[in-house]
Amino acid sequence: MKMKTFTAIALAVTMAAPPAFADLVFPSLSYRTGPYAANGIPFADGYEDYFKLINARDGGIGGEMVKVIECETGYNTEKGVECYESTKGEGALVYQPLSTGITYQLIPKSAADGIPLHTMGYGRTSAANGKVFNTVFNYPANYWNGASAVVNHLLEINDGDIKGKTLALVYHNSAYGKEPIRTREELSKKHGFELTLLPVDHPGQEQKSQWLQIRREKPDYVTMWGWGVMNATAIQEAANIRYPMENFIGVWWSGSENDVKPVGDKADGYKALNFHGVGDDYPLYDDLKKYVYDEGNATGAGDQKGTVLYNRGMYAAMLAVEAAKKAQEIHGVSDITPQQMRDGMEALEITEDLMTELGMPGFGPSFKVSCENHGGPGLASVNQWDAKAGQWKQITDYSESDMDVIGALIEEDSAAYAKESNVEEACS
Amino acid sequence: MPAEFWYGVEVLLNGLMAGVMYSLVALGFVLIFKASGIFNYAQGVMALFAAQTLVGIQTGLVPFSHMINAMFGTKIHHFGWNVPTFAAILLTIGVMVLFAIIVEKLILKHLVNQEPIILFMATIGLAYFLEGFGDLMWGAEIKKLDVGIPQGGNVWVEESTAFLGGDDFYGFYLDTLDIYATVIAIVLVASLVLFSQYTKTGRALRAVADDHQAALSVGISLRTIWVIVWSIAGFVALVAGVMWGAKSGVQFSLSLIALKALPVLMLGGFTSIPGAIIGGLIIGVGEKMFEFLIGAPFLGGATENWFAYMLALIFLIFRPQGLFGEKIIERV
Repeated sequence: MKMKTFTAIALAVTMAAPPAFADLVFPSLSYRTGPYAANGIPFADGYEDYFKLINARDGGIGGEMVKVIECETGYNTEKGVECYESTKGEGALVYQPLSTGITYQLIPKSAADGIPLHTMGYGRTSAANGKVFNTVFNYPANYWNGASAVVNHLLEINDGDIKGKTLALVYHNSAYGKEPIRTREELSKKHGFELTLLPVDHPGQEQKSQWLQIRREKPDYVTMWGWGVMNATAIQEAANIRYPMENFIGVWWSGSENDVKPVGDKADGYKALNFHGVGDDYPLYDDLKKYVYDEGNATGAGDQKGTVLYNRGMYAAMLAVEAAKKAQEIHGVSDITPQQMRDGMEALEITEDLMTELGMPGFGPSFKVSCENHGGPGLASVNQWDAKAGQWKQITDYSESDMDVIGALIEEDSAAYAKESNVEEACS
Repeated sequence: MPAEFWYGVEVLLNGLMAGVMYSLVALGFVLIFKASGIFNYAQGVMALFAAQTLVGIQTGLVPFSHMINAMFGTKIHHFGWNVPTFAAILLTIGVMVLFAIIVEKLILKHLVNQEPIILFMATIGLAYFLEGFGDLMWGAEIKKLDVGIPQGGNVWVEESTAFLGGDDFYGFYLDTLDIYATVIAIVLVASLVLFSQYTKTGRALRAVADDHQAALSVGISLRTIWVIVWSIAGFVALVAGVMWGAKSGVQFSLSLIALKALPVLMLGGFTSIPGAIIGGLIIGVGEKMFEFLIGAPFLGGATENWFAYMLALIFLIFRPQGLFGEKIIERV
């Protein structure tokens, strides 16, 4: 009897006590294999290298060391969910799924488990409404900001008038690729341009029909919403039909070195959006060199520094670290929980001074997150590929997207989600 | 004739060119299936591996450098030299022959007389192994492949046909790379046909294809034939990998071109080299014309992938063995 009682008490204590974690855990749902590996590798390397820097230089976040758990998803939704399930018990503070498909599957799980998701520049756009998507954040910019930013750039280079212009959208024929269509249709009505939709099936190695159509119809501008091999193939086909590269603009997932380098010199002048800095001319890189690279601790092959997607991974990690610091500040504890991390993300404020202090002056826009707005300001810049120099050049400042159009669409879509999922809109 | 008609002709010509590219992939499948009854699932990955190896050798990449660097803390990536394209192609062919020998020694030898489904499963395993092995050996980043074949719309064709359809017609667009691919495919097929008809080894290949037991009884070495046929399939994979890799860079998705070969095989038959060519052309023209006439204007586009399979299925209903496939008659 005594033994039974002892066992029951021990079991109850074990189950009631929160698990003890030594570190702040940031899982990395990476893809170093499969059709999108070339893009998954630099992001994962940048993400992990930043945390290595924080550990080596600062002794972690608020005295707590950071632990990165990498889990290979292969950009496969099922594997991504498996990764989430297998790592959440380790004390995961925030997930960056780096896939819209995985994000959609994780949204209800994240709400149930109280573990925040950060889907920077991808995922479900209407998650910007924090009153509905309490645990999902997509700052500093989302898909619809991107769809609008391209149009804004065209307005800028056409003295504010694109009425009667023709605009083709070459997009990945998937949920991801279809994201900008609704926004573009609304913007088409507003600005009077003609929109042509050209879907490309996965993986996108074959686009002859689409580009023959572009050659026949000669749209004034071609915009792209692609990923992986689709991007390089599209840029190659554009070069083949001698389409003017400066009139060809991709979203930020169609604007890495992997997309232009295989095309060579003919990719010169191609434009793509971005929501962060390019290259390695930032003081932060000096610290990375000193504390990470020179110590032989660079993640992966250590050959990705300064690339667009490496910088994006690094930026995502920086935003996670700053949110963790904010959470520690709000709750007065260093060993934060995922729920506290969520609070930190919702109270995150990125200023120019902070970016300078972090060694990333001008690397990203200033913004403030709130319960009403988990999506940030939606600022984007335009980059242009300089084939001769072999690098992207930022040719515009970060500028605003059309929030009149986007805000209404976000309200509509998030309200529909709230209704179908029985979510009550509220700020905690 | 109105411009729209000539644009239709342009789509047809581009469909033929695309068909040639599909045929190049389908050929590898046919060769192995004909000689050994194996549906080689790894053919697409072989094309990727061959292209990766060619770029690796050409640009002087150190094989397994990522692994070596991770294990020994070194920072080696390149040998510091570039190998001329022709020499790199020869060396790559050597690697593919070595690959064929290894496949025979480690896999096929142990599976003689096994059911076709077991051999098929073995090639699935081989595909996944080769996929990872290729990335480990040469890295997963997208590589630019340059074998000196020009790419882009052929200006001469464009300018000399621009008069056909009035001001709204810009001349036929034909990619120079596709024109080269067509010529190379013609030479390749002619060589394969001549090889199998007029050489001793070619006749042995055909004998094995007809009847393994009978071929063995007259002294033909099945194992040697398998090495030869996998080597030839490796060479065909290299040609397909080069042509596709030059279009979109050498990267993982190259292995998915095998998916484009399946409807071609269903249509042309698994055992006929001319079938692979004709099947490729029918699929290429069919899908491009359907997209041009119906898909893009009425169905929202992106119809090519499913239309190719639908076309093949329609053929299957009327001719299950494919256009040129051998009809299998099994008697009790």
